[in-house]
Amino acid sequence: MIKIKRFIQVLIITVLALGIFAGCNNASSNSSSTTSTNTSTNTSTSEAKGSIAEIKERGKIRIGVFSDKYPFGYVDENGENQGFDVYIARRFAKDLLGDESKVEFVLVDAASRVAFLESNKVDIIMANFTVTEERKQKVDFANPYMKVSLGIVSPESAPITSVEQLKGKKAIVAKGTTAETYLTKNYPDIEQLKFEQYTEIFEALKDGRGAAIVNDNTEVIAWAKQNPGFVVGVPSLGGQDTIAPAVKKGNKELLDWINNELAALGEEKFISKAYDETLAEIYGEEYKESIVIEGGNLE
Amino acid sequence: MQSLGISVLFKGMNMQRLLEGLLVTARIAFFSIIIGSLLGIALGVIWTSKSKWIRLICRIYLELFRIIPILVWLFIMYFGVTTALNIDLSGEVVSVIVFSLWGAAEMGDIVRGALESLPKHQVESGKAIGLGFWDLYRYVLIPQAVRRMLPGAINLATRMIKTTSLVVLIGVIDVIKVGQQIIENSRIEVPTASFWVYGSVFILYFIICYPLSKISRKLENKWNG
Repeated sequence: MIKIKRFIQVLIITVLALGIFAGCNNASSNSSSTTSTNTSTNTSTSEAKGSIAEIKERGKIRIGVFSDKYPFGYVDENGENQGFDVYIARRFAKDLLGDESKVEFVLVDAASRVAFLESNKVDIIMANFTVTEERKQKVDFANPYMKVSLGIVSPESAPITSVEQLKGKKAIVAKGTTAETYLTKNYPDIEQLKFEQYTEIFEALKDGRGAAIVNDNTEVIAWAKQNPGFVVGVPSLGGQDTIAPAVKKGNKELLDWINNELAALGEEKFISKAYDETLAEIYGEEYKESIVIEGGNLE
Repeated sequence: MQSLGISVLFKGMNMQRLLEGLLVTARIAFFSIIIGSLLGIALGVIWTSKSKWIRLICRIYLELFRIIPILVWLFIMYFGVTTALNIDLSGEVVSVIVFSLWGAAEMGDIVRGALESLPKHQVESGKAIGLGFWDLYRYVLIPQAVRRMLPGAINLATRMIKTTSLVVLIGVIDVIKVGQQIIENSRIEVPTASFWVYGSVFILYFIICYPLSKISRKLENKWNG
């Protein structure tokens, strides 16, 4: 009796294991049949994924964008992708495939952007991807289309127009941000008042608990625009970071295409147009210069 | 101002989008719980084996899912395994696979516990009246074990439903993600949106989870009474 029981147990384990493997094999044989049709284009299989020929054959370019970073990449109340990054991504699709609807937006999260590229689940990431040395090890960045730096917002009655003026006063920052690191490193003598949440730092400034907020310039500009009585005295401060499309490491063909495309779009000031269409409402005309990069080159 | 906040829910297709997100959550949870329970019962029965090796393998399997966070499993499956095997699985399918495997592991442990808690004479009496392996489990052990494992199983099911919120990280748009999209979209115009959106997400989760605990209480009462 016990022997039979054990035999059945072993049998069940084997069946389960086989079932799992069979499942995988089925799926992989399906996909290998599709890749074998792809190899009819004269690129080798490993390069085929994400190559321009493969994108054209597929008829759709997959671009990873944010769905919850207003106003750069978000989904509006009708479920449509919108925003600055999305606007530019649509143009890429139009110029590569002839129609701006031939883009499949893959909604990514900040933490998984690199993984989406590495595993070939998207062709390009345009999710407000800041160029950093660390990320350059894993993905290839094209030329930038946008720049970000820090900004300082203060009450109109006591404006702060340079970072030096903050000495002897309290600067309000959010914990874990670039602003905190920047001030600690470069201006250790400025006293910092730190908060966990973005909403808290703005409340603190309204209450007069500090002289000014130091944060990403896009954030402070948008906030000052919404809150009369406050002014962005310093619109760009500290090291300037750039934001660029990224492709899978080694996909030089697509990278070159994007760089040429950005250069061509620079001729017609397309990025400025994207700013007017998507960002001007929030940031106002006057900050265009401190955000937009035309033609992919940063002077 | 408050009336402004709640209006976010009904702007455009927002309500419909939230419900579609809920459907994704419910679909992943439903399939995972069904598949996980079936595999889990099989695993639980195997686990009661006397063989040290089989017990060890089952133990390792469970511990793998307990020790490694579900999020990591989702990443391994979605980005790692699919790339390694060169297959293309959608985020939702990967979610169902991972949650089923996790459900099977936890369910297996619950079933094992329930089976082992049954008095030994149940097995012996069953054998004494000449029941074979299948009949013994089918008519004697499983029905009794199900009653004992019900609270744990329902607990696991509600936990699985709530943990599905992790799937946003592999690009699946579930109810929480839709909520965040709505909040961010109206961040400047309606700063109080988060309260209303998360409030309704809370109610939506409650709508899925509450019937489960209600059913389990009913069943327990019925079996006890």
